[in-house]
Amino acid sequence: MADIADASPIQPAHAMRVAFAAPADRSGALARLRFADALFERATFGAAALVPLVMSGILVALVVGAWPALAKFGAGFLFNQVWNPVTDNFGGAAAIWGTIVTAALAMALAGPIGLGIAIFLTELCPYSLRRPIGTAIELLAGIPSIIYGIWGLFVLVPLVQAYVQPALIATLGRVPLAGALFAGPPYGIGVLSAAFVLAIMVLPFVAAVARDVFEAAPPLLKEAAYGIGCTRWEVMYRVVLPFSRVGVAGGMILGLGRALGETMAVTFVIGNAHRISASLLAPGTSISATIANEFTEATTDMYRAALFELGLILFAITFVALAAARWMLSRAGGRVRA
Amino acid sequence: MTDMQAAATPAPPPPQPDAASAAATRPKMTVRGLDFFYGATKALKGVSIDLAERRTTAFIGPSGCGKSTLLRVLNRMYALYPGQRAEGEVRLDDMDVLAEGVDLDALRARVGMVFQKPTPFPMSIYENVAFGVRLYGRIAKSEMDGRVESALRRSALWDEVKDKLGTSGLGLSGGQQQRLCIARTVALSPEVILFDEPTSALDPISTARIEELIDELSEDYTIAIVTHNMQQAARISEFTAFMYLGELVEFGETGRVFTAPRDARTQNYITGRFG
Repeated sequence: MADIADASPIQPAHAMRVAFAAPADRSGALARLRFADALFERATFGAAALVPLVMSGILVALVVGAWPALAKFGAGFLFNQVWNPVTDNFGGAAAIWGTIVTAALAMALAGPIGLGIAIFLTELCPYSLRRPIGTAIELLAGIPSIIYGIWGLFVLVPLVQAYVQPALIATLGRVPLAGALFAGPPYGIGVLSAAFVLAIMVLPFVAAVARDVFEAAPPLLKEAAYGIGCTRWEVMYRVVLPFSRVGVAGGMILGLGRALGETMAVTFVIGNAHRISASLLAPGTSISATIANEFTEATTDMYRAALFELGLILFAITFVALAAARWMLSRAGGRVRA
Repeated sequence: MTDMQAAATPAPPPPQPDAASAAATRPKMTVRGLDFFYGATKALKGVSIDLAERRTTAFIGPSGCGKSTLLRVLNRMYALYPGQRAEGEVRLDDMDVLAEGVDLDALRARVGMVFQKPTPFPMSIYENVAFGVRLYGRIAKSEMDGRVESALRRSALWDEVKDKLGTSGLGLSGGQQQRLCIARTVALSPEVILFDEPTSALDPISTARIEELIDELSEDYTIAIVTHNMQQAARISEFTAFMYLGELVEFGETGRVFTAPRDARTQNYITGRFG
């Protein structure tokens, strides 16, 4: 106490010296700085403005490119599954169907597994294993999709053809009604294989986001649940999961957005057949696979316009999915902070 | 217990607790020679204390003195975290709390805990109370209704929430949420309730209500409360323990500890000279 009392008179005097010196030095500098500041503001604004510019530019280009097809086919494009370049009759239904079914199936597979990974990592995993497993999952997200593609075609597809599909046909394929989903010969390539590859690709997104939102659950809340005698399962299922369900849903849709747009790996294994089949084992196509396969062959204007229209539809689907994910995650974030 | 009895006891050398004060009532929990470690850091050093049955014992001391740590040993909450361990003896009646094979869920049903911040679960007010009860077995809806109501009445919340039992517990005010957490604990019919700075996040009016509530609860439950507020300790506890740097410095009847502390460190702390 005595030290502080002795030292304190020095501080105001020191502060005063600085205050006196300021006006003389700063007046010239301030004028220069005002100019630099304005320049700085404009420059950063310009950088930020690029984003909406590029985005609306892409949207406009898609609409312009798709215009002939939009004008000719109208809303019927969404429901027509004929894709015939010879007669210039194009419909996007098969590609849209394939995109949505493979993505939904991939999420159905990756969702529960991703949640399991996140729960294990946040609640059950020994501390020494948390980092290695967490890093491995993040690295899984970094593998280029072309590698998933060749791995899918040369490794996964033969396995699916030899073991998974025959087993499905022999068991679920015999169930009335639902059996139609698993009917037909085991081609290997097809919607199911595409969904498998997509599931592996989106798994890291689901697991990483779920882990983050689980970790954002207040420790006191978990302690309170353990404090009244909950088991780990009950703490997770009844307390942490409801608390973070909005964030988890956001993570799922983030994964869905990626699954919807994934091109390379899907093109390898989906079979690229323009038809809607009830069976998940049959070959199909997706929007991005169609565009990637056929843009070099699009010799007529209408063909090119139809591909552009598919692109426009994919843009809309992924935009809505990602916007929904962002909105949900921001709501989750707001609640975690509150 | 009266001040006269405490005064008649010859002063034992600190940090030995003044043993006579808690002896008049049966000890519910006994702690002997407790050491606690966060990894290599020793947070409690040879703590020995008795919690008198159906009495309120307050733990005071500067931040980091180990009072919350001690509380977290009593229901083994620390066991959730690897690298934390306790050595010594802790007994709840005849049960060895620190033993290997102790059923932690059963222990925590007997030793309930209320935290620094309100921790309502993300579910309805009714479910917040019923949830814990249901963990210990299925009971009929009518019986559950009765238990929820009596727990909410016991925690002085019933009149405020009886018309909105189905709404989320997260929608209540901070003070109401904390009383909901107390109701949730009471509904399990524990024997001991641990309060870890239960009013530190609350306004003065809510604080006063919680204090009244703790006072009422001490008729039926053995209560241990950690608080930074010395007036609060003086108001609601029968016994006060002063802890400093992981040691139990002084323990005795609240009136005695505050008016005639025997240790210079206790004296300095309660007169505001440090901490």
